[in-house]
Amino acid sequence: MYPSRFRYEAPHSAAEAIRLLAAGGDNAKVLAGGQSLVPLMKLRFAAPELVVDINNLPGLSYHRADPDGTLRIGALCRHADLERSELLARTQPTMAAAAPLIADPIVRNRGTLVGSLCHADPQGDWASVVLSLGGSVVAQGPAGRRSIPMTDFVTGPFQNLLAPDEIAVEAVIPAAQGERRGGYLKLERRVGDFATVGVAVSLETSGEVVRRAGIALTGVGGSTIAATEAAAALTGHSLTTESISAAAEAAAEAARPRTDHRGSAEYKRHMVATFVERILTRCTAEPAERAA
Amino acid sequence: MTTVYSDRGDDAAAQVPMRRIKFTVNGEKKIAEVEPRLLLAHLIRQGLRLTGTHTGCDTTNCGACTVLVDGQAVKSCTMLAVQVDGREIQTVEGLASASELHPLQEGFREEHGLQCGFCTPGMMLAAKALLDRNPDPTEEEVRWALSGNLCRCTGYQNIVKSVLWAAAKLRAQAPAD
Repeated sequence: MYPSRFRYEAPHSAAEAIRLLAAGGDNAKVLAGGQSLVPLMKLRFAAPELVVDINNLPGLSYHRADPDGTLRIGALCRHADLERSELLARTQPTMAAAAPLIADPIVRNRGTLVGSLCHADPQGDWASVVLSLGGSVVAQGPAGRRSIPMTDFVTGPFQNLLAPDEIAVEAVIPAAQGERRGGYLKLERRVGDFATVGVAVSLETSGEVVRRAGIALTGVGGSTIAATEAAAALTGHSLTTESISAAAEAAAEAARPRTDHRGSAEYKRHMVATFVERILTRCTAEPAERAA
Repeated sequence: MTTVYSDRGDDAAAQVPMRRIKFTVNGEKKIAEVEPRLLLAHLIRQGLRLTGTHTGCDTTNCGACTVLVDGQAVKSCTMLAVQVDGREIQTVEGLASASELHPLQEGFREEHGLQCGFCTPGMMLAAKALLDRNPDPTEEEVRWALSGNLCRCTGYQNIVKSVLWAAAKLRAQAPAD
């Protein structure tokens, strides 16, 4: 399968990439890892006239923590980098749990976290993870940089808030208030399949008390779902059997699953509750990760 | 590589955006004129006539088209040929020397790691990327590393054994520190 014909540019600076995108208007697309865009182009669901390959832009492969603990992930940081990251293993339990579950090992060598956020697939795992952590996306355009909270970034299935002449250059996870706990669980029929159900839970705790909670759901709605009531059921309390059940129930209610070949709506809703409960129960059993 | 188009006039012909790329394949330097929409899998199979790289699903699922780009396993049906400009590609043809099989190839022979053979080149290159990074993987690590490659003969047991066989042989061959 061949994509439609397009012009290809591989600039060496962000400024040049932005200039090319501005000239290309609505018919230009940014290519990073290409593990979603290239398949879509082959199926002709996407047929950009101009592809701006950002793989030659310098200094975007990083993921690093600021001194205050804020985590920054550059636009060319691959899933595999995150999967093998000691920094994440030490400081970001939800992200460390999700990284090995993205697609399959070979796709993870190319695909990027920031690209996955931009792609805004309702079944994309990273959007839930970043949403649960209260993260944001940094966009760079002709007028400079702006930060877009993840809650606003995805505007619908496969749609994001970026202007045609903007590039998402970085994802940002704010520093934790206290210690981080959490996890990501994904039900998939086989490696590389889209999530039947995915659940991200991110907690920030002081002692036993949950100071901040984020719960987000993958694959059970028209886009990623922030289960805010479920998170609210945890905030300000310690984790108990009762608060865990309340959160699990609220998360299941927030889900908007549809029956399809991956399972019935009822089954998916049930799995949301099961996963929330499972992650939270593990959080009570395991020591918290130290903040960076 | 020669691509022939329908003649729709000089203006249309001028709009075909060709690009010249330079790359290395199995140690040999190459120059190619490619259209940006050419996929790496097609550059390898049709341009270089290296047909050991197979295209299976053509939808980023099966991993039959796996090759190494700068040492890293990629699905060549999901990368543009223009993107290998300046890079080094390794295909299954680059594994054996003129007289000797690569230990991975020997392993697949010794442990009956293939039936129809369609997935084999992709399996071997995904395995090579693993062994280059981790010379002494556990069975679990081999299974994990190959989980992006599908075998429809359901020969996974023997494929895993083959990779472990190769790992042992490579370790035995490696000069002691």
